[in-house]
Amino acid sequence: MALTKLNNKAVANVTSIPVALGDMVFISSATASSSASIEFSLGNYKEYKFFFVNMHPSVDGAEFQFNLSTDSGSNYNVVKTSSAFNVMHGEDGNNGSLNYDANADLAQSTADQPISGSPRIGNGNDESASGTLTLFNPSSTTYVKHFVSSFNCVFLLDRSINAFVGGYANTTSPITNIRFKMLSGNIDAGKILMFGIN
Amino acid sequence: MPLLYHNNNSISNVTSFAQVPSGSPVLLSTATASGSASISFTSGIDSTYDSYVFKFINIHPATDNVSFTFNMSTDGGSNYNVVKTTTSFPANHEENDGAYNFGYQDFDLAQSTSYQILARLVGTETDDNVSGSMTLFNPSSTTFVKHFISTTNNVLSISPPYSEEMFIAGYGNTTSAINAIRFQMSSGNIDAGTIKMYGIKA
Repeated sequence: MALTKLNNKAVANVTSIPVALGDMVFISSATASSSASIEFSLGNYKEYKFFFVNMHPSVDGAEFQFNLSTDSGSNYNVVKTSSAFNVMHGEDGNNGSLNYDANADLAQSTADQPISGSPRIGNGNDESASGTLTLFNPSSTTYVKHFVSSFNCVFLLDRSINAFVGGYANTTSPITNIRFKMLSGNIDAGKILMFGIN
Repeated sequence: MPLLYHNNNSISNVTSFAQVPSGSPVLLSTATASGSASISFTSGIDSTYDSYVFKFINIHPATDNVSFTFNMSTDGGSNYNVVKTTTSFPANHEENDGAYNFGYQDFDLAQSTSYQILARLVGTETDDNVSGSMTLFNPSSTTFVKHFISTTNNVLSISPPYSEEMFIAGYGNTTSAINAIRFQMSSGNIDAGTIKMYGIKA
């Protein structure tokens, strides 16, 4: 197919261009610098995917967690039920195990949801947690809001921890905002990227 | 800069499209194996991107019952020997519904420079292969260890065969920048398959 060059200088019939279009659209990013929390506003994408790059706590032994809001961020207190498990292995070759993480699950709770697992992140200079979280159709007024996450982190006892969390916000109200923070202390450093998928 | 309109109807020097999102993922490289000893990405892994996603599509070995593995390099691919601590657990199920297994298994590493298994017992039957993906976070950091998370699915080359989903994660325990990555079988060549590398950034 030939290119069609229109009078207004636009170009039509372009079938490929040298960038990836895909369905995953970058929306926003935030870089922590001794930040108490990081918040994002959500819209009408069917799915949101967050990439967490080297979330580094100011306090040794922190949990990275999130909560949701239905009132534009005035309150982060959506009821959630979730499951959690982790797999760990020490740098010394010990403690290889797969475990249900009862300290990271929620049952109809408005508490913040840990997503780095309850084995806590160290704050040595090179220690951090990285991973992804997917939130499905937060603007629905019909369904509960599912989420799934996977993180890898350096546990404060020098173990590699791969933490898995899945669950749902048990509300049919649209989710308007999401907030990330540490269980205690600040997010000393780290970057969060938010993508929308339709 | 004006558009260049070539005789073959291609256009070049387009730096942006009003309706095209500027964010990622961006397909950076595609490598297709054909009796290849390994597949290495030695360019494009730098501070341009916050993270990288690798897609493994129908990786088919030349030798039966081998593992699909990877390692990383801090010297542009001269050596693939980054120290790693990792975790591993599979979930598998027999084709004849006879057995299933789920639990920690030691395909892990503890401060080892060895290649990390991403899938095991990959077979050479015509339709056997392993597919999956791996995310590598911020490999160019000179501050943090380098986290990675991988999930693959594979046909275990045993009788009867199993479907096995393998979960591997861990970190390259180095503060040196990772600038190359290599995938290979534990023995023999990669007979066929494609690996795509995407960059993730704001």
